[in-house]
Amino acid sequence: MEKEAAVQSLTDTLAKFTAYIGKRLPTDVKEKQAELRTKETNPMAIEIFDVMAENQDAADKLDRPSCQDTGVIQYFIQAGSSFPLLGELESILEGATRGATEIGPLRHNAVESFVEKNTGTNTGSKIPWLDWEILPGEDYAIIDVYMAGGGCTLPGASTVLMPGQGYEGVAEFVLDVMTSRGLNACPPLLVGVGVSTSAETAARLSKKAILKPVNARNANEQAALLEELLTDGINELGIGPQGLTGDNTVMGVNIESSARHPSTIGVAVSTGCWAHRRGQIKVNADLSYEIISHQDVQL
Amino acid sequence: MKKVLKTPISAQDLEDLKVGDVIYLDGTLVTCRDVAHRRLIEYGQKLPVDIAGGAIFHAGPIVREKDDGSFEMVSIGPTTSMRMEKFEREFIEKTGVKLIIGKGGMGPETAAGCQENKAVHAVFPGGCAVVAATKVEAIEGAEWKDLGMPETLWINRVKGFGPLIISIDTHGNNIFEINKKTYNERKSIVLEKISEQVKFIK
Repeated sequence: MEKEAAVQSLTDTLAKFTAYIGKRLPTDVKEKQAELRTKETNPMAIEIFDVMAENQDAADKLDRPSCQDTGVIQYFIQAGSSFPLLGELESILEGATRGATEIGPLRHNAVESFVEKNTGTNTGSKIPWLDWEILPGEDYAIIDVYMAGGGCTLPGASTVLMPGQGYEGVAEFVLDVMTSRGLNACPPLLVGVGVSTSAETAARLSKKAILKPVNARNANEQAALLEELLTDGINELGIGPQGLTGDNTVMGVNIESSARHPSTIGVAVSTGCWAHRRGQIKVNADLSYEIISHQDVQL
Repeated sequence: MKKVLKTPISAQDLEDLKVGDVIYLDGTLVTCRDVAHRRLIEYGQKLPVDIAGGAIFHAGPIVREKDDGSFEMVSIGPTTSMRMEKFEREFIEKTGVKLIIGKGGMGPETAAGCQENKAVHAVFPGGCAVVAATKVEAIEGAEWKDLGMPETLWINRVKGFGPLIISIDTHGNNIFEINKKTYNERKSIVLEKISEQVKFIK
């Protein structure tokens, strides 16, 4: 019985947290928007930035999802191998998604493939999407919630380059995404780049990259250099907020990488829109929790 | 002074609008996105709402159904218009719609459709769904509810709905296509500069 109560309690907490992140942006993203607004010189871009800020204030005050597209819910879990509810976590997160859909309310965004019916609950086959990492010996869990909206999911792309194409090819791949579908994905974007061995490993890492803080810098010097060059390079394109021109097009570029086969360079891009709705929560063994992504939260 | 369009919209109302102009809308605004376009164009089903001289919004809102069966608009921002590019030229011709609101640009087919039938495409800033919801005075109807919440045709009465930035005008100008040329020119220069500094494979 005690376990049942614990499951219920964690489901409630995570439902509230999931609904919460649809209404208020994480602290790093909010600060970055304000910084980009201050730097902007293009009058149309400034007007757009101001409507964006007005929208976030209204969402906070009216307690509503700031963007109507509350996405497909994805959870990226780093679970301690001794976390007491490890075996229950999958069903807890499904319950949290159903709960958040009511509390938000969230838009119904799970269409069952081939059946082609909206489930109306934001849950379906393998949805919410769960990504697992185990932390050996730890008894806590860190959960990143991400609302994968349609607009910023559309530019997602992954390919495998030949080594002859080099990191020059990586840069070209990223820039091509930006000048095609990237325009319509609600810039300024947070761009995640995965550099890895195959299409799917690069794709996963590119998504992990947009879960990192906006100002994160890769620990590897050469990767950090590429992050910086891509950030400046994309901004130089002048795409601006909403793709209607402006001084800044990205909040940042984050790279995640792995070792690779000597014959391949897997590269992928995931983009997060300006309304980058992600949240990070640490749940301790006694189910007390700490919200890392947002300051001063009352769930 | 704010330029406000009112539905029904005539070709004349749109004649002087140019890409980059900012307008607002009063009147009726119907949400209409992927599947509604597909039903009309590919399956020849008649739209259940007459939108001749009207305005559509590429949007899938969050709507709350109240206990009395009426609806409350919670959050309604634009969705990516480019997804409707495949259908829009024919859609404009068949429906007589005059104002298409969405997010991001549309392509040459829509621009041609706008020129032929004197219609415009406008951008509402994406992600600003609560600002938009506060300009919806009432939801006056809902059609094709079998499509689920995002795809239902929600018939909204709006007041001062905007800012709407004209991205395709009735003269065939398309601000995104114009800008894309510039972005692509700059891309070659940027790429060359980056390439020199990332020759990590030696």
